[in-house]
Amino acid sequence: MNDKDQRPVYMDHAATTFMKPEVLAAMAPYFSRYFGNPSSLYRFARESRKGVEEARSQVATALGAEPEEISFCAGGSEADNWAIKGVASALRKKGDHIITTAIEHHAVLHTCEALEKQGYRVTYLPVDEFGRVDPGDVEDAITDRTILVSVMTANNEIGTVQPITEIGRVAHAHGVLFHTDAVQAVGAVPIDVDALGIDLLSLSGHKFYGPKGTGALYIRRGTRIESLIHGGGQERGRRAGTENVPGIVGLGRAIELATADIEGHNRRIAAMRDRLIRGVLGSIPDTRLNGHPKQRLPNNANFSFRYVEGESILLLLDAHGIAASTGSACSSASLEPSHVLLAIGLPHEEAHGSLRLTLGDANTEDDVDYILEVLPEVIGRLRQISPLTPACARVPEAD
Amino acid sequence: MYTDVVMEHITNPQNVGELADADGVGEVGSPACGDIMRISIKVEGDRITDARFRTFGCAAAIASSSMATGMVRGKSLIEAWAISNADVVDALGGLPPAKVHCSVLARDAIRAAINDYRTRQGLDAWEMGSCGCCGGSGCGSRPENG
Repeated sequence: MNDKDQRPVYMDHAATTFMKPEVLAAMAPYFSRYFGNPSSLYRFARESRKGVEEARSQVATALGAEPEEISFCAGGSEADNWAIKGVASALRKKGDHIITTAIEHHAVLHTCEALEKQGYRVTYLPVDEFGRVDPGDVEDAITDRTILVSVMTANNEIGTVQPITEIGRVAHAHGVLFHTDAVQAVGAVPIDVDALGIDLLSLSGHKFYGPKGTGALYIRRGTRIESLIHGGGQERGRRAGTENVPGIVGLGRAIELATADIEGHNRRIAAMRDRLIRGVLGSIPDTRLNGHPKQRLPNNANFSFRYVEGESILLLLDAHGIAASTGSACSSASLEPSHVLLAIGLPHEEAHGSLRLTLGDANTEDDVDYILEVLPEVIGRLRQISPLTPACARVPEAD
Repeated sequence: MYTDVVMEHITNPQNVGELADADGVGEVGSPACGDIMRISIKVEGDRITDARFRTFGCAAAIASSSMATGMVRGKSLIEAWAISNADVVDALGGLPPAKVHCSVLARDAIRAAINDYRTRQGLDAWEMGSCGCCGGSGCGSRPENG
């Protein structure tokens, strides 16, 4: 391998996606031409207001919701914070118990931890070896003090899709609200908030080829929720602050594109992903696929390579132009590896040796070929360096 | 986040391997913590004539061991013992703050190898000292620093 072989391959679409040209084109007029404040009455504001309301309809259509049930905000983290803190606060007199899972995004987990400091009680449900939550566990955890169940639609690290229909049914049977963090799922999992029994749903624009700093919270009509951001009367008084008009317009166009043909889109991405998984497992021994073999996002592949550490894998891949992600502690500020990988029962050393590859619309079969060419050599080199590698699994030294 | 020197050592690590007839071997870290370093040395007279490493860990850990094994070669045992983790960091052109403990691991692996040699020679082991990056209070290398 040398630098001449290097070609850029971005396979970290769960981290963020590029913005599609159609989305940028939709946003463009709303920066300067239609700059009016949507709250103003004069006609300068008419186009911006129309842009926001059209985007609201686009999001509602994508979720099977009504436009007035969609509130725009600054992203997935705000939507998660809002759903959980907003419901906890509104229903404080009714109860003080929240049920979530051990593998939620930190936007949910750290929000729940913050509420625990305020006296709320939180149950963090375990998951099985594939990362699935048992709806029966949700039912067992519900008490007469439970006010909210929050379970992600699909996991950001290992891609496992949760049985949210069953979980929503269990929550509703006990009169408990159901929130789902669908940040990774929009565009990959068909979502109909009525069919799935969802009361609150978080989404984020930049995960489906929309702009960063945009998100929305679906709030089922009649759901009691407090505001997180107080101020002006925007978003029907629910979320103050002058609207990010170009961002909202972009989010609307992006979700429209992302949900136009989920099945066809998934088929193409999953075919590449499946070839990637087969190729990696077939060419690199002592490797495991993390997450559910079937119930997983079509673009997600997550591996653990024994005897090596994830950050050094990332760095060597980066030297070959490949962008990926890891659950190793060494790539983060904390010393603990991914809470998701530990929750599915991986020993620490295998959690440290994880690699996440998430495909997207710009990836091609050539990208898969390139990764299948580079990755075995990268793992082989690191295993040669590692003291943990059994002699039989090591490439003979040539020096 | 890494310097060019670190990147050079991670893409082309020096002194990888183990010495079949090593005079001293030091191993620090643990797989659970995400880094483990094993350094073996060859000693002639009181000089280190060869040093090799194997490391499981991040780029900083691999680069630190690659650099440290090069730094001790040709040095007397006392000179090699005196190499601090800051010397390793400097030679690498710097490490991000969160990665400084990797240089401490490299220093400790060298010292553990020297002490292994001394023990084999029937000499007393030298005092290892505490972790230089956090005073033994918070970094990942603390529990295994010997």
